[in-house]
Amino acid sequence: MASGTDAHAAGHAGHGHDDRHEGGEAHGSMRGYVTGFLLSALLTAIPFWIVMGDVFREPTTAAIVVMVFAVIQIFVHMIYFLHMNSKSENGWTLLALIFTGVLVIITLAGSFWVMHHLNTNMMPGGQHDMEQMR
Amino acid sequence: MTPSPVEESVLFGRLSLNALPLHEPILVATFAAVAIGGVAVIGALTYHRLWGWLWREWLTSIDHKKIGIMYVILGLVMLLRGFADAIMMRLQQAIAFGGSEGYLPPHHYDQIFTAHGVIMIFFVAMPLITGFMNYIVPLQIGARDVAFPFLNNFSFWMTTSGAVLVMASLFVGEFAATGWLAYPPLSGIAYSPGVGVDYYIWALQIAGVGTLLSGVNLIATIVKMRAPGMSMMRLPVFTWTALCSNVLIVASFPVLTAALALLSLDRYVGTAFFTNDFGGSAMMYVNLIWIWGHPEVYILILPAFGIFSEVVATYCGKRLFGYASMVYATVVITILSYLVWLHHFFTMGSGASVNSFFGITTMIISIPTGAKIFNWLFTMYRGRIRFELPMMWTVSFMVTFVIGGMTGVLLAVPPADFVLHNSLFLIAHFHNVIIGGVLFGLFAGIAYWFPKVTGFKLDEFWGRISFWCWTIGFYVAFMPLYVLGLMGVTRRMSRFEDPSLQIFFVIAAFGAVLIAGGIASFLIQLVVSFRKREQLKDTTGDPWDGRTLEWSTSSPPPAYNFAFTPVVHDLDAWHDMKKRGYVRPTDGFMPIHMPKNTWAGIVLSGVSLICGFALVWHIWWLAAASFAALVSLAIIHTFNYARDFHIPAADVTATEAERTKLLAAGA
Amino acid sequence: MSSTTIAATDAAHADAALEKPDRGTVFYLREEHHPENGTMLGFWIYLMSDCLIFAVLFACYGVLGRNYAAGPSGADLFDLKLVAINTTFLLFSSITYGFAMLEMVKNRAGTTLAWLFVTLLFGLAFLGLELYEFAHLIHEGATPQRSAFLSSFFALVGTHGLHVAFGCVWLVTLMVQVSQRGLIPENRRRLMCLSLFWHFLDVVWIGVFTFVYLMGTL
Repeated sequence: MASGTDAHAAGHAGHGHDDRHEGGEAHGSMRGYVTGFLLSALLTAIPFWIVMGDVFREPTTAAIVVMVFAVIQIFVHMIYFLHMNSKSENGWTLLALIFTGVLVIITLAGSFWVMHHLNTNMMPGGQHDMEQMR
Repeated sequence: MTPSPVEESVLFGRLSLNALPLHEPILVATFAAVAIGGVAVIGALTYHRLWGWLWREWLTSIDHKKIGIMYVILGLVMLLRGFADAIMMRLQQAIAFGGSEGYLPPHHYDQIFTAHGVIMIFFVAMPLITGFMNYIVPLQIGARDVAFPFLNNFSFWMTTSGAVLVMASLFVGEFAATGWLAYPPLSGIAYSPGVGVDYYIWALQIAGVGTLLSGVNLIATIVKMRAPGMSMMRLPVFTWTALCSNVLIVASFPVLTAALALLSLDRYVGTAFFTNDFGGSAMMYVNLIWIWGHPEVYILILPAFGIFSEVVATYCGKRLFGYASMVYATVVITILSYLVWLHHFFTMGSGASVNSFFGITTMIISIPTGAKIFNWLFTMYRGRIRFELPMMWTVSFMVTFVIGGMTGVLLAVPPADFVLHNSLFLIAHFHNVIIGGVLFGLFAGIAYWFPKVTGFKLDEFWGRISFWCWTIGFYVAFMPLYVLGLMGVTRRMSRFEDPSLQIFFVIAAFGAVLIAGGIASFLIQLVVSFRKREQLKDTTGDPWDGRTLEWSTSSPPPAYNFAFTPVVHDLDAWHDMKKRGYVRPTDGFMPIHMPKNTWAGIVLSGVSLICGFALVWHIWWLAAASFAALVSLAIIHTFNYARDFHIPAADVTATEAERTKLLAAGA
Repeated sequence: MSSTTIAATDAAHADAALEKPDRGTVFYLREEHHPENGTMLGFWIYLMSDCLIFAVLFACYGVLGRNYAAGPSGADLFDLKLVAINTTFLLFSSITYGFAMLEMVKNRAGTTLAWLFVTLLFGLAFLGLELYEFAHLIHEGATPQRSAFLSSFFALVGTHGLHVAFGCVWLVTLMVQVSQRGLIPENRRRLMCLSLFWHFLDVVWIGVFTFVYLMGTL
């Protein structure tokens, strides 16, 4: 794929008016990268600490908190490292990202929902027996 | 079935002479015919010294038009194979009654219905659709090529490699006998130890890479390469449907890739994703494959809707009724198609709540589709309709597709589906929408754009015969299946007990013969049109009084499509240009910047094919070697920076002068 | 200058033409037309499709991840210290790649290459540690064949690892190309594509360490 995507890219090279900016692509700044890095480090460290230090008594609470941190960190990466904004490529990249996000949620939530019902209805006892056998 | 576990040798894996089906007379005869045909073609190419021409002008070409033509040829060739499977099934089912075994043993029959489904969807419908999008989309948006021309060539050859692998399974080994989606645990190693499922997996994986990349390519083309002035709401409807179809490709094919990869891990490594033991869940595979499978249906039908929209507007001499609603309907279908997958397995037991949700979303999808039908009808209303071939296909589509759509809504009701699931009613339904929708659309498209591609029209007489054979043949072949399905006959049966059913199968077989007549007349139509090409010649480039930009170029268009990039002011840009007195430029041409041909696509795909074959037969050294070669060649290819050239202004001037002469002669 | 500006002039032409009466309408461009380059958008769309491959693997892990088949569970197997170190490697590689891009903008090929090399080292360290973890698990009998949980674990984490490995091969290729030809536009574009790819893998890793390791240990 590496080879493929730049096939046409090479196309306009010979002309010389192909300068460093392509379609208004953002490169970020030192400040941006460092901010992103520090935020990410923090957002990674806290969930590890929560789990490794057994901070919450209730595992469900811990799971929810850890998930929230993950979602925040994904946003941090999108903004500071992947330079997502509504302007790059006239908003097409952001549109593609939102569309993909919706599909990912449909795929995950849909699969969990469907499979949960299938397992409950069609595999009576199966899952739990397995766990008890351990 | 492979009789006993075959000894695997280091050099050839499980490939041995036993893999050749020498005991099957049908296959031996087929092989002989193919071999003789192949030798004849190779001989002719050598005799006429055409190898260099073939390599330079076609195989390594990155011209989107030539790649589009090659896709269509691939699709038509595979149509013959897929249809041969169909008519064999019809014959078997018509005679295997009352103790008669028919002429196909069950294991062979199972491979035939699997191959029929796989080939018709992946290697007939997909290449034809992709071929049309490749050829037409850049012309409609006023571009000189697609966004990534090399990738386009590579995509085509990957699709072809997949097709070759499926064809190879006919003569070397066997094909899957699992049904076209290869549900585990039947497709698992325990129940399908042979090479059939492996052929299936690797053919689809290799072709899938091609499909995915061509999806990426066409999206980037439509987003980035539109002519100045062509805003999104001025895109021709076919381009809109192509965009949505490619969005669906990019969003759904990865799911297929992942599901098949996990199935192959189960088969090759012994993991426990979809197995009966060690905690695997075969139901998860069914869930995943339909998350891909349902959008796939819309990948096929949306561009067909686009073709009908172009055809209706052109042959009624009117702007399409409700352009904006057509666009919104397409977009809504694109999103909804991702929310209905469970209706393919209502009966698996997910219960009332889940089934109702997916039943309702399925019914909702018929609303935008219905809106489209009304838009076409209102376009025809008070139009000056010319019943040329494409328009005939369109009218036939509208009637047929509405019937198929209504039986679909019927199947969307979960309680009804519990009765009709896996019955011949379902078979009749999806053939009703795929033949009546996709295939009729493709035939309309072929008749519509043929003069653009070749420079001469298709012969009308044989076209009409083909049309009537297909239309009548379709009804004769599939209406009995609706009846049989309602009576409870299930799909994929190779023989029947109840003799009262036989008459329906005999009628269906007769319908299949009529369709064979339709295919034969189509082939005759091609030959006759070629021989009468001087008579049928189109010198104007615009034989139907077209409305979109592809008709503003010559037929066939020059390599660079447009000598000057068009500027768009309205929907139906070419119609607008004609109306406002556009004058074709005849001087001031400049050199045109174009991408260069490349060997990389065909070579990389060839190596992928070898790798796939080696994996099927467990020839590990060859698989490793070809994979290493694949990676190295891809890297070497990236070191080639000289990928473009200029068509000199003199050449452009000469080509355009030629056209000026033609136009003057025609006027 | 860039193709963006040229596209803008085209648009201006079109707009101006619209306002003129029919007689003077411009129907084609006399000068050469350069459509915007689509590589970055195309690559982004490819990444979105990759995202869905990971979505399927996450879905499998979510559905099958508790089917231990009387074998070991995540809490028995995972060594969070190792995962924390690996996460750190990947995070560092992300910011060093960022530094490489900043140097690229300043048109300094030498320092760009140096930062790319540092990134490569972090990437390789990540892969090494992951391979060590896998080897350790397999040695303990927790093989991918043992249970659906382990199958889906190895598939998800392994696919991410394969992506990182592919990224490393690509990185080396680009380093050779930059050192041969310098920071020409093609190479810049390729570096930007790999940048998207690399940061994207880091995003996926957030999902992996949260969903698989942290929640699996709870």
